[in-house]
Amino acid sequence: MTPAPTPETAEVGAPPPPPSKKPAPTLDSKGPQRYKTLGTWLLFILLLVACFIRIDANILDLFSQGARDNMSRILGEMLRPDWSYASHIWKPMIETVQIAIVGTVIGSVLAVPVALLSATNVIPKKIVTIPVRMVLNLVRTVPDLLFAAIFVAVFGIGAFAGMLALVFFSFGLVAKLTYEAIEAIDPGPLEAMTAVGANKIQLIVFGVIPQALPYFFSYVLYTFEVNVRAAAVLGFVGAGGIGLHLDQQLNSLRYDRASTIILLTLVIVLLIDYASTYLRRKLL
Amino acid sequence: MIEFKNVVKQYPNGTLGLNNINLTIGEGEFIVIVGLSGAGKSTLLRSINRLHDISSGEITVDGKSVTKANGKQLRRIRRDIGMIFQSFNLVKRATVLRNVLSGRVGYHSTFSTMFGYFPKEDTEIALDALSRVNIREKAYSRADQLSGGQQQRVSIARALAQKPKVILADEPVASLDPLTTRQVMDDLQRINRELKITTIVNLHFIDLAREYATRIIGLRAGEVVFDGPVAEATDAKFAEIYGRPIHEDELLAAEAAKGGAPV
Repeated sequence: MTPAPTPETAEVGAPPPPPSKKPAPTLDSKGPQRYKTLGTWLLFILLLVACFIRIDANILDLFSQGARDNMSRILGEMLRPDWSYASHIWKPMIETVQIAIVGTVIGSVLAVPVALLSATNVIPKKIVTIPVRMVLNLVRTVPDLLFAAIFVAVFGIGAFAGMLALVFFSFGLVAKLTYEAIEAIDPGPLEAMTAVGANKIQLIVFGVIPQALPYFFSYVLYTFEVNVRAAAVLGFVGAGGIGLHLDQQLNSLRYDRASTIILLTLVIVLLIDYASTYLRRKLL
Repeated sequence: MIEFKNVVKQYPNGTLGLNNINLTIGEGEFIVIVGLSGAGKSTLLRSINRLHDISSGEITVDGKSVTKANGKQLRRIRRDIGMIFQSFNLVKRATVLRNVLSGRVGYHSTFSTMFGYFPKEDTEIALDALSRVNIREKAYSRADQLSGGQQQRVSIARALAQKPKVILADEPVASLDPLTTRQVMDDLQRINRELKITTIVNLHFIDLAREYATRIIGLRAGEVVFDGPVAEATDAKFAEIYGRPIHEDELLAAEAAKGGAPV
């Protein structure tokens, strides 16, 4: 039996255009096929064991006396959140969401021309699409926290650096998802617009955009979800938002206060996830 | 007037799509091109507005060379040629009116169309075009809410909104049932007669070709093997065009009897 498709969670929530169908694997794979499967599993297990040894991982550490003591102490404090502290963190909480909003919007707007320039059905010239995609891939390889650390170094500590980090991160994500969606649109209207005598821009406005827009908005919302979560930890590198406060409370061992922050963040993230998922379902 | 002079289309793999085509198509004619699939019907039609490039020879529309035209000239020529496709090629999420209005973009600057702005006269032209194909009341519906026949009529309206001198229709009824097929063909014929728009249609139903055409052009393996009035296009002639006797499924009447009983 092949496993059922994994349920769509928020983590993998960006719905890509329908993938190409692969033939289902036959149930009674025989001969070399079976050895190949066995070999793959062996290789996988070897790799896992090698990694465990390299990083000195020890399952027993999970249950050692020290770990158990720490765990019960921290959990004990965390289970009694300091609610009085909540009034102090509303402002940074809102700032976190604001960083995510501004970062998402600016990044997504910048992503539009790049997505169009990357799509081979809009620009059928490899000399344009390949370099643009290379730049895009480069941007996408840099993690958001690294961007944040760089911008903190350049522009100083604060929300501005965090916002810039999310601009770059959203730009990469939205541009990539959108150009893939554009490449999957129905080519018919493009042909029709060419026949009508439209130029490139008119073809984009009347043939591409009306087809790709719902996908684009859906990806922007998804990116916003991801960004709210990212913005919550940007503070650890000094890029503003709630993360700075979480870092401080953790360092001063105030687990009761850290717990308040974590719970509030959870509520905000859940609310935004639900709203965004609802909106995305309406869009597509 | 459309003229083909020694037109050859050779594909990269060496196959000849069009082999030395010489044709003159007069104003107001209703021409049906017939032939087996792969005979070059679609290539011939699409070379007129240069959706397909030709390898050698020249095509002119009203004396202007399509073959030599560059960017802006080519777009101007295309603006005057409406085109209708087998799969309608509408933007399904957009309204009918919006789809028809997109036929007007050739008349406006990039800047004004970029923001989707159209002058009031254009809306009038679009609604008028929809009236001609009897679906004006659908103007504000989304295109994907319409039936296949209605969608094809929207695409005819889009072509009409261009105020074209020529209409090209590439298998316009191939994805429609027999009843809507007739409605769409009737629309095309009426437009041809009332507005004197030269109409060139690719069809694979030969009874339909005889019924609507004023002149039939038969293609086989990229060559014109028949060109004449309907009266001369006998069954024997068709057998010659096809290189074999006519099959039942090449007759709309047979199709209709098989499954598409009138609704």
